[in-house]
Amino acid sequence: MQLTGMQFTAESALAGNDIATLPDFPAEIRAPAGTLAGVSGFQLNFSSSEIFTAGDEPNVLVAMNPAALKANLEDVPPNGLIIVDREAFTDANLKRAGYTSNPLSDHSLDKYQVIEVDVTKLTTLALHGLGLNNRAVFRCRNMFVLGMLSWLYQRPTQSTIQYLEGRFKKTPDVLEANLRAFKSGYNYGETTEMFASSYEVPAAKIKPGLYRNITGNAATALGFVAAAVKSGRPLFLGSYPITPASDVLHELSALKNFPVYTFQAEDEIAGVASAVGAAFGGAIAITTTSGPGMNLKEEAIGLAVKVELPPVITDVQRAGPSTGMPTKPEQADLLMAMYGRHGESPIPIIAAATPADCFECAYEAVRIAVKYMTPVVLMTDGQLANGAEPWLLPDADKLPEIKVEFRTDPNGFMPYSRDEKTLARPWAIPGTPGLEHRLGGITGENLTGNISYSPANHELMIRIRARKVAGIAQEIPPTEVFGDPNGGDLVVLGWGSTFGPIREAVKQAREKGRKVSHIHLRYLNPLPRDLADQLRKFKQVMVAEMNMGQLLKMIRADYLIDAVGFNKIQGRPFKVSELVTRIDRALEG
Amino acid sequence: MATALTRKDFVSDQEVRWCPGCGDYAILAQVQKTMPEFGIEPHKVVFISGIGCSSRFPYYMNTYGFHTIHGRAPAIATGLKVTRPDLDVWVVTGDGDGLSIGGNHLIHVLRRNVDLKILLFNNRIYGLTKGQYSPTSEVGKITKSTPAGSVDFPFNPITVALGAHATFVARSVDVEQKHLGEMLKRAHEHRGASFLEILQNCNIFNDGAFNDLSDKGIKADHQLVLEHGKPLIFGKNRDKGIRMVGMRPEVVTLGQNGVTEKDLVVHDETNLALAFMLGNFEAPMPTPVGVFYAVSRPTYDNAMNQQLEEAKAKQGPGDLAKLLQKGDTWSVN
Repeated sequence: MQLTGMQFTAESALAGNDIATLPDFPAEIRAPAGTLAGVSGFQLNFSSSEIFTAGDEPNVLVAMNPAALKANLEDVPPNGLIIVDREAFTDANLKRAGYTSNPLSDHSLDKYQVIEVDVTKLTTLALHGLGLNNRAVFRCRNMFVLGMLSWLYQRPTQSTIQYLEGRFKKTPDVLEANLRAFKSGYNYGETTEMFASSYEVPAAKIKPGLYRNITGNAATALGFVAAAVKSGRPLFLGSYPITPASDVLHELSALKNFPVYTFQAEDEIAGVASAVGAAFGGAIAITTTSGPGMNLKEEAIGLAVKVELPPVITDVQRAGPSTGMPTKPEQADLLMAMYGRHGESPIPIIAAATPADCFECAYEAVRIAVKYMTPVVLMTDGQLANGAEPWLLPDADKLPEIKVEFRTDPNGFMPYSRDEKTLARPWAIPGTPGLEHRLGGITGENLTGNISYSPANHELMIRIRARKVAGIAQEIPPTEVFGDPNGGDLVVLGWGSTFGPIREAVKQAREKGRKVSHIHLRYLNPLPRDLADQLRKFKQVMVAEMNMGQLLKMIRADYLIDAVGFNKIQGRPFKVSELVTRIDRALEG
Repeated sequence: MATALTRKDFVSDQEVRWCPGCGDYAILAQVQKTMPEFGIEPHKVVFISGIGCSSRFPYYMNTYGFHTIHGRAPAIATGLKVTRPDLDVWVVTGDGDGLSIGGNHLIHVLRRNVDLKILLFNNRIYGLTKGQYSPTSEVGKITKSTPAGSVDFPFNPITVALGAHATFVARSVDVEQKHLGEMLKRAHEHRGASFLEILQNCNIFNDGAFNDLSDKGIKADHQLVLEHGKPLIFGKNRDKGIRMVGMRPEVVTLGQNGVTEKDLVVHDETNLALAFMLGNFEAPMPTPVGVFYAVSRPTYDNAMNQQLEEAKAKQGPGDLAKLLQKGDTWSVN
């Protein structure tokens, strides 16, 4: 089902629509088919105008079995189109999904347009004569459905055909079967009179340029590669596989020629530790993980803070605590990134707002890390990681400069001398004659780094590092206010993947005449210098996040602003309608 | 090199802060004395350590150094060595750092065969935390944390390393300066992960743990010096040897019951089974020192860099603009 979704997304992108997707699948690789727990879904929103989310309510639901219908029905609006595989609604499957009667015949679906298709039978007929066994035929059902949908929405089919040709190059019979199923589905849509009409969704009016469809994890990987190329250094990733971050490891492992080193470590700690080692040696060093791994990495991150080396740590957040819901997004790691280490250990934090934004944020994380000689945390989440959107390709030549200058002059060298403006210490890498020095976790004397237990020096070093990180605010761009830059009744403040639903909800509320605005943060530490002033222009500040109020705590604590939270911790993104309702409530007092 | 390197080139300006009488002094002295013989300039050398008494080592070497966090030195060193194969990277660890908190990283770095020189100082006690038993302490050990005696069965560093399929496994003793120097040279010559256990006396918390191997009067009767291709002979009078009876080793006396050198086991550094057997020797068998095992296997860092080179040769150097435009793209006008 994920594959079908990805292909339909690709077709829609090529049709020039704006797109947003929300893959939703179980953590289990082979969860029992036909049960509610085993439902694997893929939500796609495509449009002729600009869109920000995968949509609250699908206009069309394709349910391949009763469980899929049951798990998603509540999201379908009245009169919505539901396409089902009739043959899958057997007594056994109905029972497995928890139905006591067949919804196809008990009138419970009367308020929807239900289209019943014998997908299995039709697929079998289409593949007749290819000599495939039942299992192989069954696997082609998705392609039949994809073909049907492609006709329904008049999608270009060439990219799917090319994709299938590439994927099944080595198994011509499977290729033939998939192509036949796909084309049969398309023709079935065209020739039967089952669908009232087909829809043409014209290309969206979006910014001119060259686009491609990209997921957050792929964009993250590309952002890191771009940063390494721009800095003229190799990229090193030390990582331990974890959902939903592993795709960054997969993407980067295929780019060895850049050069990109990928080290699949023995555990999360070795992942970050190897990155610290690579940073010591002068590589653009990164590690990728999710919440449980982030917990384990904190000690090594603290070491990087202390010795002032620049690895970038990516936390693709997922629902916690503990194992939680590995494939579902959440934003509850913010305070861990801020304060999860022992001792005074400030670290810059950057969060991506959309899948494509992961590219810029990964790039920016590296730029800041090497400029200020500090580890940086990049935060994304499972929704960004697997969600996709069209990406206006940046011009590789016009990316911001990332300057890496290693210290080479032994004259007057001290490991902890500092750049006046950034307070960065010199990056002095092993192999440089005359700069032999020792780094270490023990408190070191200012400038020399020699072990020191002097009380005043300890405080001095803590304050210097804090000042260095706080000083990054000097180059954070002014806060952008969507809505009323001069203030209004309410501002919704968000960060990370909530960008889409908040922006859409604020847009809708403004269309109704509400004086509501939206501020979305990319820089979470340090916060933008003008943020407090911007927030104070509004009568009410509401912080919407997928946690219990973590940014909210920071805002209240730092600014003494009486902000309120709007929180959802269900492993699902905000719905636009939920936010609009909450905005209405705030403004109606 | 314009002038030959000397010991002084490797001595840092930092005051050495181990307890007076600590075995670490002897190891430091021998490393500083041996390093010049490798002909590698100090700026190409990196010492990486974890936490513990032994891990203070990098501060005293006038090379690049990194005193990191507990147990993680092998992982940090891996990241460095893989991306900087031009450097001579050493890891200094102890029985607690390397076999307790960092046990996982140690076995993985050994099986991967990353080209690192790993010195494990084994004093069979926790020194820095003031005297608790360690994963190499003997059962029954009375310490502050085991007043009734330890019930923990210990690790044997040599067999742990062999079990992890390390390609170079050796043992020496802190005060055996000549032997230690030879072992350092062998470890350095080896391409791949070299594991050298150095039995080291903690004169504060576990004094005399290795007396039978260091005291002049008795050590010859307890130390079995391993030499490749030579029969296993030891003893003050060089009259004792190791003979196999079936699959079991036993100590025999040359000249008694018609035993001659020909009856003795000849050491073979490439024989893993023999290395395991020797690694497991405990009293009344003598304690082997020297190279247990040394074989050649591709190193991880080399293999990884080779893959990068091959990718570059096949696909050309990375082209960022091309990469960004990969896959299906479309133009919006």
